[in-house]
Amino acid sequence: MDNDKIDRIINKHRGKAGSLVQVLMEIQEENHWLPREVLEKVGEKLDVPLSRVLRIATMYKTFSLTPKGRHEIHICTGSACHVRGARRVLETVQDLTGIKPGETDSDSRFSLETVNCQGCCALGPVVAIDGKTHGRISPDEIADALKKYD
Amino acid sequence: MARINSAAELEELRKDIVSKRDAAKPCVAICAGIACLGPGNDRVISAFEEEIRKQSLEARVEIRATGCHGFCEKGPIAIIYPGEICYLQVTPEDVPEIVSQTIVGKKVIDRLVYTDPDTGEKAARQSEIPFYRNQMRLLTGNSTRINPKSIEDYLAIGGYAALAKALFEMKPDQVIEEIKKANLRGRGGGGFPAGSKWQTARNAPGEEKYVIVNAHEGEPGAFMDRALFTGNPHLVLEGLIIGAYAIGSHRGFIYTRHDTPQLRENIAIALAQAEEYGLLGENILGSGFNFNVEVHLDVGIFVSGESSALMRSIEGKAPEPRPKYIRTSVSGIWDRPSNLNNVETWANVPQIISKGSGWYGSIGTDRSKGTKLISLSGNICNTGVVEVPMGTPLREIIYGFGGGIPNGKKLKAVHFGGPMGGSIPESLIDSPLDFDVLAELGTSLGAGDMLVMDEDTCMVEMARYFLDFLSGESCGKCVPCREGIRQMLKILTNITKGKGKEGDIQLLEEIAGVAGEAALCSLGRSIAKPLYSVLKYFRDEFEAHIKEKRCPALSCQELAASGGAKEK
Ligand SMILES: Cc1cc2nc3c(=O)[nH]c(=O)nc-3n(C[C@H](O)[C@H](O)[C@H](O)COP(=O)(O)O)c2cc1C
Repeated sequence: MDNDKIDRIINKHRGKAGSLVQVLMEIQEENHWLPREVLEKVGEKLDVPLSRVLRIATMYKTFSLTPKGRHEIHICTGSACHVRGARRVLETVQDLTGIKPGETDSDSRFSLETVNCQGCCALGPVVAIDGKTHGRISPDEIADALKKYD
Repeated sequence: MARINSAAELEELRKDIVSKRDAAKPCVAICAGIACLGPGNDRVISAFEEEIRKQSLEARVEIRATGCHGFCEKGPIAIIYPGEICYLQVTPEDVPEIVSQTIVGKKVIDRLVYTDPDTGEKAARQSEIPFYRNQMRLLTGNSTRINPKSIEDYLAIGGYAALAKALFEMKPDQVIEEIKKANLRGRGGGGFPAGSKWQTARNAPGEEKYVIVNAHEGEPGAFMDRALFTGNPHLVLEGLIIGAYAIGSHRGFIYTRHDTPQLRENIAIALAQAEEYGLLGENILGSGFNFNVEVHLDVGIFVSGESSALMRSIEGKAPEPRPKYIRTSVSGIWDRPSNLNNVETWANVPQIISKGSGWYGSIGTDRSKGTKLISLSGNICNTGVVEVPMGTPLREIIYGFGGGIPNGKKLKAVHFGGPMGGSIPESLIDSPLDFDVLAELGTSLGAGDMLVMDEDTCMVEMARYFLDFLSGESCGKCVPCREGIRQMLKILTNITKGKGKEGDIQLLEEIAGVAGEAALCSLGRSIAKPLYSVLKYFRDEFEAHIKEKRCPALSCQELAASGGAKEK
């Protein structure tokens, strides 16, 4: 991620309440993960010790300290999706990709995360791949869908 | 857009907006909510735009991308006004026909209207569809009638009149008195009386005070706050400004989810528009009252919806709760008095101020007043958001609005309140929707998320599931919660794998007891609630798992060897 962009984000929030969380979030949204150097830079610029930056960056689930794969799979394991069989869907994806939630495969093809509830329970079980929602999906259908991503 | 400088100018503006509008002008209201996005409401909206351009109808037809219509099961939904013709499961391919047949030709397309699955009867108008017919949509009714990105739409239906009334006709204490008399109770889970909280914040020493909207909505299966706030952001904002005036606060915060772009956008637009009209900022409506609002985003951890954790998060710190010897209404953000209420709580305020506490008190039960938004999910035919008066029997919600259980299955239990709530069995569904009744039954109304479970659901597995959920959400600050969840989860996981031992239930109860007494916040103190409710109503299922290594619902896979599971 280039320095100008980071500077722009930091300058936008500098001096405002709660700026650290907001800055990290915008960088995460742009860059999909938070490299160590970026965290150091944010700490310096906002005058926050690195230990506190790390504490925030490791606590909130949205932040990732490792690079993501080309395709991000988010499987909803909220209660409604759970009673509609989300576990089987998750198991299928784990089997096919060989990774567990929080991991990225060695080819950097897929990253897998579970999420709590996307608020679209009518579509449960729900899987989002690169932000595209696949609703009312069965283990077979998700297996098919994954083939389309390389 | 000119500033409005008095109550009279507000009324004039409203009349002016209404007079320039033609009630007979056709309008398509398309749900732009999140559940309709999956099946393609964005493509439906573009298709309407394109078709209307093609037929050169831009000047004669309005397209309105609205908040959630509630009937998520049948999305994408498009309602065509003025006839209120409601089309369900609309695809982009249907759009040309809708434009020429219904918008231009005023004819109903039979194939797209609601058909009752039992009787085959059709219902073309939204208000005739059983899902909507018996609701009392005081808070959500306007969501299909206004464009959430247009403050003029909100002003046209009388928006901000309650604020004008509060500012010019009532003293702050009178506003608080009205909210107290209405007995408005918090919609975020606790059911705490809003009026007394406001009073505490008002009375707390200090010049600088804050008011906050809790739009975190972290409970799984809860999606009504997003529906309401996305669909009618000014309603929540008006409630917040009235509250700020009553409490004596000049700075407000909206704490909401980072992962819902429509909601973020609609809030940002609403704030900017309100400021331009002088409904936010300095000297609001010429009353001399000043108030500003800023938006803060949560970044995805359940505990950050808890009051003290939320306030830490707004300060830019890790969202860890603190013990509540001193309430946040006395010492919250930067140790200043901070009054936090849920989205739906704030949204109730304008109508109480306009119509009075007497009117409000006539709706609901003895101690639970007004309406409640319920998000129905799980094994239910109609997943969606319904708004019903407090006191509505749960049976009516499940069968009347929810349409019952799909695939011919039997109802087993309903669960309220997510990981801090509890389940009650089918035999108790004639109970009314009421804060205190549900608490007595061992569950909790929670945010109003109602998870319906059919006979194939294993209740032991559900107790395990909620602890598993919490294991990723506890902040880890206090031991009873952090370690309690871990140990309980281990025991429960073993039980669902057929490795349960004699004495497990007692051990679970013991750990749960300690967490319930000693944890710092309500998250830790409630971790055992789902478990307790399952032990209370479904103890035999537990014993079957432990003693007979059998899953009566045939759901636990590891018990399959003994003929205990089947594919779902
Ligand atoms: C772990 C935890 C999570 C919570 N999450 C939310 C939430 O997402 N939204 C909400 O309004 N209240 C939530 N609450 C309740 C808040 O602490 C607080 O009671 C509420 O926002 C006050 O508003 P009310 O009185 O209007 O309900 C949560 C509480 C706990 C303990």
